[in-house]
Amino acid sequence: MERILFGDNQFFAVNHISDEKSRTQSIKFKDDQAIIRTLDHAINAGINTFMCTTHDRIANICEIIRQNPNKYNDFKIYPCMPYAHKYANAVTELGIVGTLKEYVPGNFLGSMFKGGIAFLSKDYLSMMELLIDTEMKMFKGINTPVIFLQNVITDLLLGLGMKDILIAFHGYVKKKYNAEAGFITMNLPLLIQVLEEGGIENPIICSSINKVGFRMSGGRELYEETLRTKKFRGIAMQVLASGAISPKEALEYVCGLPNIESILFGASSKNNIHETASLIRQFDQEIISV
Amino acid sequence: MIKVGLIGAGKMGISHLSILGAHPDAEVVGVCDTSKLVLDVLNKYTPFPCFSDHKKMLEVSKPDAVFVSVPTKFHYEIVKDLLSQSIHVFAEKPFCLTAKQGAELVELAKQKGLINQVGYHNKFIGTFNEVKNILNSGSIGDIYHFIGESYGPVVVKKKQDNWRSNASEGGGCLMDYASHVIDLINYLISPVKNVKSSLLKPIFSEGVEDSVFSLLELENNVSGVLSVNWSDDTYRKMSTQLTILGKKGKIVSDANELKVFFKEDNCPEGYTKGWNVKYITDFAEEVDFYLRGEEYSAQVDYFIKAIQGKVPNNKNTFESAWKTDLAIELIKLSA
Repeated sequence: MERILFGDNQFFAVNHISDEKSRTQSIKFKDDQAIIRTLDHAINAGINTFMCTTHDRIANICEIIRQNPNKYNDFKIYPCMPYAHKYANAVTELGIVGTLKEYVPGNFLGSMFKGGIAFLSKDYLSMMELLIDTEMKMFKGINTPVIFLQNVITDLLLGLGMKDILIAFHGYVKKKYNAEAGFITMNLPLLIQVLEEGGIENPIICSSINKVGFRMSGGRELYEETLRTKKFRGIAMQVLASGAISPKEALEYVCGLPNIESILFGASSKNNIHETASLIRQFDQEIISV
Repeated sequence: MIKVGLIGAGKMGISHLSILGAHPDAEVVGVCDTSKLVLDVLNKYTPFPCFSDHKKMLEVSKPDAVFVSVPTKFHYEIVKDLLSQSIHVFAEKPFCLTAKQGAELVELAKQKGLINQVGYHNKFIGTFNEVKNILNSGSIGDIYHFIGESYGPVVVKKKQDNWRSNASEGGGCLMDYASHVIDLINYLISPVKNVKSSLLKPIFSEGVEDSVFSLLELENNVSGVLSVNWSDDTYRKMSTQLTILGKKGKIVSDANELKVFFKEDNCPEGYTKGWNVKYITDFAEEVDFYLRGEEYSAQVDYFIKAIQGKVPNNKNTFESAWKTDLAIELIKLSA
């Protein structure tokens, strides 16, 4: 994985501290071209990996990337699935079974219900596989070397003790897409423990890691110890803690931590993208020279 | 270790179950649901004992406490049954279909001395609690108006029916969405005493309202506006905002951001005259397990701690949720 990954929250009105900023972003990135322009700024800043949720609009972005193979030759996408709000809003309205009926493709569920067949364990896993395939359709022909499970699903399964599903996700992504599975989580120490027990070695885990301990369940010290002692490929997200700390202070902290392979950040303006990328490189350089 | 059961593994139930599964002081001794599919998945992949009949679950698992997250119309009967068996109860919101049912349960829980809580999670959000602190300090002066708002994209086109589109089962925007805002107004400013008039407008639904607009009068004689719409797809998810206008200042708060304006120098510590902007990162208290927001874990943790006797049973009690049910009834009557 590259040292710096570019995120997509800014494109889809995800702002963890301000609904007003969300709205401003949603207006700014109304056109797909505005997203492409920002991605191009990231590429110019030397960032060639875009980590994005499987939002409907990403399909359009993928189409533009496919149409310009020369320009995006080295460009990689790390899909993060599912776009949870689509399902969460559907569950509120349709219930869990209703949502599955709506989103699992074909007549898969229909035939299961009609037949009243005893549900075999295999069927749930293939239902998951169908959902993964649906989410992956938009990325056809695009280089997707790592495929992530979004934190709301990872953490839901984690709390429920459904580690077999986490392991099945890992296996299917490898088998079908020849990609590595990644897990986004807000509960890094607990997830590592469960994946280790499940026999997944050196997993890719993306987690909130920042100087103020924001969204670091169990506390910053436990995270720092986990980074020192556990074997995994870490990606730090929410490094700026949604703007609670200055970028300089925030990035100096994260760059100084062990076992963080990549840093994920999103930004809307050319200046912010360049500034953040060069700060990361600067602190990395300082650490090497020390 | 508190032995916990859960009845109703729908959207909120599954979320509670996951948080309980990760809680160090809770042991999930039983899960009950009527969906064969949900139950079968839980049975296969989770360590929790599963049941299709809640009475059977109580008999076999003997829980100390039970989470009730079934459709609202079943709350009364199930919660009553649990209380009479001396089981602590966490019920989902809204509390009951009628204030009369709620009053009976409030009384029963009190009689039995059982811990009781309802899932109005906004009270566990740092920004809203800071609003409470500022109001308690009196520094925005006498309140003369408020606006309680909530918008989101739940019903954005004509769709099939389920219990949420049936008013007699507790469906509709008033009970599902607006109840959160009403509960927050009750808590932060004062309970609703009177409703001047209301508009309950269907937009895409048939049979239930998709939006609620009301003029409310509170016990402390402050009046204000309630504006809620769950058919607004310019919002990515539910967004709840409260604006409180006082003679010496103004507060605008949502779950993420708190903006306060003070007219005078006499402000609470950490604030100055003019506009102040603070974020959830300033107030969020760390949780041991995070799922969808600190507040969901915090409310479950508070309930468990109340059973252990570590905190008082004074947040989101049946009584406070019953007052929200009362306000819902007043809104229906005024429409």
